[in-house]
Order: sequence, then C-alpha cells, then structure tokens
Amino acid sequence: MVEVVVFILAAVVCVVGALGVVLARNPVHAALMLVMTLFGIAVLFVAQEAHFLAVVQVIVYAGAIVVLILFVIMLLGVDEARELQLRALPAQLPAALVFAAVSLGVLVTVVVSVDDPATGLPGLGGAIDDSVPNVEQLAISLFGDYVYAFELTSVLLVIAVVSAVVLARRPSRQERAQLEALRAEDLAAAEAERAEEQSGYDQPDDDQPGDDRTGDERTVDDEQVRR
Amino acid sequence: MEVTANWYLVLGAVIFVIGAVGLLLRRNPLVMLMCVELMLNGVNLTFVTFSRELGDIAGQTVVFFVLVVAAAEVVVGLGLIVAILRRRPGATADDLNMLRG
Amino acid sequence: MLDLVWLIPAFPLAAFLLLVVLGRRMGDPAAGWVATLAAAGSFAASVLVLVGLLREETEGRVFEQVLFEWIPVGDLSVEAGFLVDPLAVAMVLFVTGVATLIFVYSIGYMRGDPKYSKYFVYLSLFLFAMTMLVLGNNMVVTFIGWEGVGACSYFLIAFWHRDMVNAVAGKKAFVTNRIGDWGYMVAMFLVWTTLGTLTYTEIFERTGGLAETTATAISLLLLLAAAGKSAQIPLFVWLPDAMAGPTPVSALIHAATMVTAGVYVLIRMSPVLDLSDTALWAVAIVGTATALIGALAALAQNDIKRVLAYSTISQLGYMFLAVGTGAYVAALFHMITHAAFKALLFLGAGSVIHGMDGEQDMRRMGGLARAMPVTAVTFAVGALAIAGVPPLSGFWSKDEILAATWDFSPVLWAVALADVVITGYYMARQFILVFLGRPRWGAEIDGQEPQGEVHPHESPAIMSLPLVVLAVAAATLGVLNLPLVDDWLVLEHFMEPTLEDVAHVLTLSTAAKVTLAAISIAAALAGIVVAFRRFLGRRAVAPDALEPQLLQSAFGIDDATSWAVAGPGYTAFEAVALADEQLVDGAVEGIGRVAMGSGRRLRVLQSGYVRNYAIGIGLGSLALVLLFLTRAGL
Repeated sequence: MVEVVVFILAAVVCVVGALGVVLARNPVHAALMLVMTLFGIAVLFVAQEAHFLAVVQVIVYAGAIVVLILFVIMLLGVDEARELQLRALPAQLPAALVFAAVSLGVLVTVVVSVDDPATGLPGLGGAIDDSVPNVEQLAISLFGDYVYAFELTSVLLVIAVVSAVVLARRPSRQERAQLEALRAEDLAAAEAERAEEQSGYDQPDDDQPGDDRTGDERTVDDEQVRR
Repeated sequence: MEVTANWYLVLGAVIFVIGAVGLLLRRNPLVMLMCVELMLNGVNLTFVTFSRELGDIAGQTVVFFVLVVAAAEVVVGLGLIVAILRRRPGATADDLNMLRG
Repeated sequence: MLDLVWLIPAFPLAAFLLLVVLGRRMGDPAAGWVATLAAAGSFAASVLVLVGLLREETEGRVFEQVLFEWIPVGDLSVEAGFLVDPLAVAMVLFVTGVATLIFVYSIGYMRGDPKYSKYFVYLSLFLFAMTMLVLGNNMVVTFIGWEGVGACSYFLIAFWHRDMVNAVAGKKAFVTNRIGDWGYMVAMFLVWTTLGTLTYTEIFERTGGLAETTATAISLLLLLAAAGKSAQIPLFVWLPDAMAGPTPVSALIHAATMVTAGVYVLIRMSPVLDLSDTALWAVAIVGTATALIGALAALAQNDIKRVLAYSTISQLGYMFLAVGTGAYVAALFHMITHAAFKALLFLGAGSVIHGMDGEQDMRRMGGLARAMPVTAVTFAVGALAIAGVPPLSGFWSKDEILAATWDFSPVLWAVALADVVITGYYMARQFILVFLGRPRWGAEIDGQEPQGEVHPHESPAIMSLPLVVLAVAAATLGVLNLPLVDDWLVLEHFMEPTLEDVAHVLTLSTAAKVTLAAISIAAALAGIVVAFRRFLGRRAVAPDALEPQLLQSAFGIDDATSWAVAGPGYTAFEAVALADEQLVDGAVEGIGRVAMGSGRRLRVLQSGYVRNYAIGIGLGSLALVLLFLTRAGL
C-alpha cells in the first residue's frame, strides 16, 4: 500500500515537472521544473533500492547540472519575449505530435502486452545480493567488470573540461574587435531574417553559385523564376 | 494492487516522450538541453527497473555512466551555447542554420 | 635475302621522319635527294627480295615475315607482318622503281617552291604507306596502307591549298575515297565473321567453307572499295579534279601507284572473288563501262592533264575488265606497263607545263616539238604505247586483255575494241595539239588573254632523264609476257604460285590470237589516222571547235553527284546532325538535368534546422523499432 502511494505521488511529480519543462515560457521556470522531476526520479530510485544512484542523482544532476544551466541562463539573459508560441517550422508540430503518439503507443503496448517484460537472463557476475550494501555492489561491478569503461569516462571528463575552458575563454583584443564587428553584423542579419520569418518560410534565395553557372541557359531560368 | 515493473516502465516511457516532444518543439537552446536531460532520466528509470527485475547490478552501473556522460555533455553544450550566444545574443536554434543545403 | 623485306617500307619511313624534323633546314634540293635516296634504297631492297624469291622453288615462293603481334584480342590475332609472294614482289618492284624516277624528277620540278621539303615529306610518307599496302600479310595492314595513301593523296592534291580550288579538290578526293573505305571495312568485317581470320594465307586456306552469297557480298564490297581508290564509275569524280596537285604527284599517285591499289586488292583477294561469278561479271561490266566513258571524256578535254586523267580512268577500267574475266596476270601486266607509260606521259606533260611557264590549256600550245625535242620524242613513245601499237609494251598487255575478254564475252570485247579506237584517237589528238602544227601560243580563248609572254624551252636534265628512262621502259616492258611461246610468258609463270588456282586459262588457238591482235592493231591505227586528218591535214579543224559538252563533262556524272550530295544529300546530313544533337546529346544532357532537378527538390530536406533533423532521427528510429517488433512477431 505504501509503495503504491509513494509511486503515484512520485509519478505525478515527475510528469508535472516534465510537462512544466516543455511548456514553461520562462527558461528559469523550466529549470526549476526540471529539478522537480529529478527529485521525483530520485524517490523512485530509492523505491527500487538503488540508493546510491538516488543520492548521486540529487547531488550531481539536480545539484550541479541544473545549477550550471541556471548560471548560463542568468549570464546570458536569455530573452524570453521571443519565445512566442510553440509554433515551429512547417510540419514540425504535427510531425512531433505524431511522433509522440506513435512512440508512446508502441512503448506502452509493448510493456503491457507482455507478461514479463524482463526477458533477459539474470546477470552472472553482478547478481544483486541484498545482504551486501548497494554501494558496495555497485563498486565491485564498476571497478571490476567495467573498469575500462570507467577509465574512459574519466578521460571524457577531462576532455569536457578542456573544451569548456577553450570555448569560454576571453578573446584577445584583436578577436574582441572582430567579435564586435561580427556581432553588429549578425544582429542586423538576424533582425532581417526574423522579419521575414513572420511571412512564412520559403525557399532560400542565396542559392549556391556554381550549379547553374555552367553556361546552360535553361537551368538559370528556374532559379530566376523562383526569386 | 501491487506496483509491478510495468508501472515504472510506462512512467519512464512517458517521461522520455515528453522530453522528446519538448526537444522537437522548443527553440531556446537551453530549454532544449533540459529536455535532453529529461529523456536521459526516463531512460535511467527504465534501466534501474530492469536492474531490479533481473537482479543484475549492471543496470545501475550503466545509469552511473549515463550520469557521468550527461554531466560532460552539459558542460560542453553549455560552453557552446555561451560561445554562440555571446556573438548573437538573441539566437535560437532556428537561427543556427548555416549548414543549410 | 628475303628477310630484307622490312627494309622496303623502312627506308621511306625513315626519310619521312628525318624530313619532318630536319626538312626545313635541309631545304632545296637536299631534302629531295634524301627522299630520293630512300626511294632508291627501297627499290634496291625490292630487287634483293626478288632475287631471294627466285632462289626458292616455285612452290615455296611464299614467305612471311612477322614483325610483332599487333592486335591480340580474343580470337582475333592481327600481326604487323609482310607477305612476300610473286604478286607482292611484282607490285613493289614497279612501285618503288617508278617512284624513284618520279622523286628524281620532282627535285627539278619543285625547285623554288617555298614548301619544297614538305612536298618530299608527304611523298615519303606516301611511299611508306604504299609499300605497306602491297606487302601486308593481312587485311588490316593493307588497310593501314590503304588509308595512308588516301591521306597522302589528299595532302598532295591540296598541296597549294591557298588556292581554294586545290583545297576543294583535295577534299573531294578524300571524301570519295572514304566511301570506298567503308566498303573495304565492311568486307573486312565479313571476312572476319565468316572465315575467322584476316591473314591472307589463312584466308586462302579456308575459302572452301565460304558460301557463294557471302563471297559475292565480300567481293562486291571490295569492288566498291576498289572503285573508290581506282576511280571507277561512279566514284571516279575525284580524279580529274585531282590534277590540281603538282604534276609529279599526278604521275606517281594518280597514274602509277595509288590508283592501282584497287586492282591489287582485287587480285590479292582473287580466291574469294573467284567463288562468285556474279561478282566477276560485276567487275567486268564496271570496268568496261568505265573504260568507255573515260575514253569518251578524254577526247573532249582541253587541259593537258585532264586528258591524261580521264585516260587513266579508262585504262584502269581495262584492268578491272581483265580481273573480271579471270585474267589476273593480264591485269597485273597492264598495271606494270601502264605505270611506265602513264608516268612517262604525265611527266612529259609536266615538262611541257614547266616549259610553258604554267600554261596548261592545249588550245594555247602547238608546235612545241621543235622547242622541246626530248619531251616530244618521249611523249610520242608513251602515246604510241598507250594506244597499243606494237612492239611497245602497251600493245602486249592490252592485247592480252582483249584476248581474255573475247574468250569471256564477245559483247564486252566489242566495247573494248571501240575503246582502243578512241584511245588512239585522243592520244593522237593530244600529241598533235601540243607538239605539232603551228604555234598558237598566247592565243585568245573564250575571250581571255593569257598571262604574259611564253618562251617554251626544254626542261633541265634532271627532269629529262627520268623521261628517257621511262620511255625505254615503256618501249621494252613488253618482254615480260610475250605470248605465242610458253617460255616467253615470264610474268605468267612467275605469278603461278599465287594465281594458279584462280586464273582463267585461255583456250584460244594461236591463229585466233593472231587475228585478234591484228584487229586491235588496226583499230588503234584507225583512231590515230582519224585524229591526224581532223587536226593536222588540210581540212584541219580549229582546236576549240565543237567537242560536245556532254563528253567534256564525262556525261555529267561529276555534276550529278555534286548536285546529289549538295542537295538531297546535304539535307540528309543535316537531319543526321540534328538527330545527333537532339537525341544523343539530349539524352546525355537530360541525365544531367534530371540529376540537377532532383537535387534541387531534395535540397528542401537540408533545411539547416536542427529540429527538423531531430524529427527525422526520431521518426526513423521509430520506424526501425516498429520493424523489429513486427518481425519479432509481437
């Protein structure tokens, strides 16, 4: 009984949070909704006796990753005014809804229609032994069977750190001047494009040069008609 | 009534799909990143569920790695977003279309 | 000795290469001597090969020398090789011999011409091609030579190409030849598909398995090829115009050598020809008709070289007639004697033109015998030879043809006899108009004055000497094949290894032969007498009177073909070109356009928006999952 209640509460929290992430206009609100979902997931982890993971989820995911995201949101002052609608590219919305419906349908059908969804064999090396604490079991598996992958992920983290430093470093004076110029230019171009956006998307007009410069008159006509 | 594995699996699927739809429909790059996190979480839930069903600790190990990789990914992604939005402050995902064919 | 055969084409080839690189620097007259030396070397090699051949037993007189295997493709094996047998040796001897004399003559004739060395470049190339043609041991090597002589003929006819007339003449020759070339090629293909080989010795071994219709087809195609090269009806139209080239060229190529290539091919392929009576009749009729029309046209020409051109056409007709009746030896014999006296006549005409500072119209000549005695005498020898007056060589060879024709078909013989009369007539006419009578130099013709004063003079020794040599040859070559006594039939016995199986054996009695000979002598003399009375006697007619236009234009055949090609022919050509442009090019371009069009339409997918791509990924993976599920049978 307790289990059911816990599950339902946690599930509601998760789903509401997920919907909040997707539907919130303000990105800060979206981030907070994400935190909510993460907490819900953590609770479900505990219910499944994956204690270590629940803790790690809260600390790393909710505590570090979302915080990082919030930092960036604050840093850049992401403009919320232009997130007008969920209106998207042509056919994007219907396609997305179709995708959602079909995939959800498939997944649920698969799960429900099978008696025992877990068709794999029990692992030989890593069988859960309830007498041993979860952390210890996880450690044995991680540093035993999967030590190679573990080392690789540490390399991955190093790479990520290095890339972050490179991407976010302060440009030199010369680069800054160039950046200023480019930024002004980009701003103007972006404005112009956005004005055009309102009237609907049409074919790109800065078509590739070269494909109809071969001297054949006929193909050039097509391009010019479309312009 | 008992909470069976199926419940968790369905929940995981729902979270995943919500995240996917959000990724397809939102334009703000940061929100899109958050939707990716949602999808990953849905998958994590599924993994843990199967881990318990099969009695295999490997499922949780996988979740551990997913977590690590998600962290690295967020770091790099945010770095990219910062670099891009510095130049174009109001850019959305649609503005980054220079790979157009 | 026999292995020296490769030297025969090698000498002129070496001269060609040398002159191409260094000719300009060598200049006048060194370039000419280089070429002449090469030609003489070729002749010497031919003599040595002859000696080598004679040393062999009669049956064993077939020798092949293969340089290398040229085209080995599947079943087809074409070698670059030479076949030395009596036919080849006979041809190559007179070809190189006459060529050497003409080369010597050219050194004097072309002196002072700005393109002196280039002339000898082309001549050497021509000699190389001609020897390859004659010596080749398979149809492909012969064809290389065939095309080569055609090309050189074009180069040399259009030698002074800055004058449009000459360029057009060259083009006409080449195009007309090409029609014949097509015939040769298709014949080659037929031989390959039916007999499986292109090498002569193998072809002759396998003729047993050839059906008559196939043999007829091959033979008729070869006849077409030969008609193009040897100026028979209706492909003779290029030869009179080819007189636009330098006179030694006319002598060498269009009298003695290239035009005989057609006859050579027919003789060479005689085992195939022999299998088809239809083809033989066709050859004979074409030959007779051509001989008649050529002769009739010759008697109406005013240009000294055009008379000889039509005369060549006519004499070639005789050779074809001989081939058609099966008298291959007679054809070859006439080829040899004709080479001698026709070259002589052309070189003599060249001498006249040279002495008259370029005048070629016979209506402005006359009385040149006193001014150019050597030329006059040698020309007379040549004229009598061609007319068929004994004991000059022409009589013996022509008579042999007539005898064979009588045996084959009296009707054709009658036509040929008429020809003899006409030949005597037009040659006498030419001789009289040029060398006898009162001088008409500087006369006004058709209201036109000539260009400048004329002081006729004899040609220098370097030109006269070949004339004398050729005159001696024209007079004496009859000994090659004297009838009546079997031992004196030198040429016939020499040719036995090649022609024994196919040659038609004459079954005439000695009395019959003598009677026929007497008739032909009488005919020739009759023609000559008529000409004398018409042009020289008291009631002499003015030279520009009343030769019918019809005859002068050779019955309008030339004009007819020109009209056909330019009019309806041109429309056909344009249609083909249009089809090529629209269909072929259109298809090729169409492929490109389809590619571009579809690319443009597909480009829409590359919108550049990440979200579009994301949905692509999503839908794609969904589809995959569904696929797996359905296959798993859920």
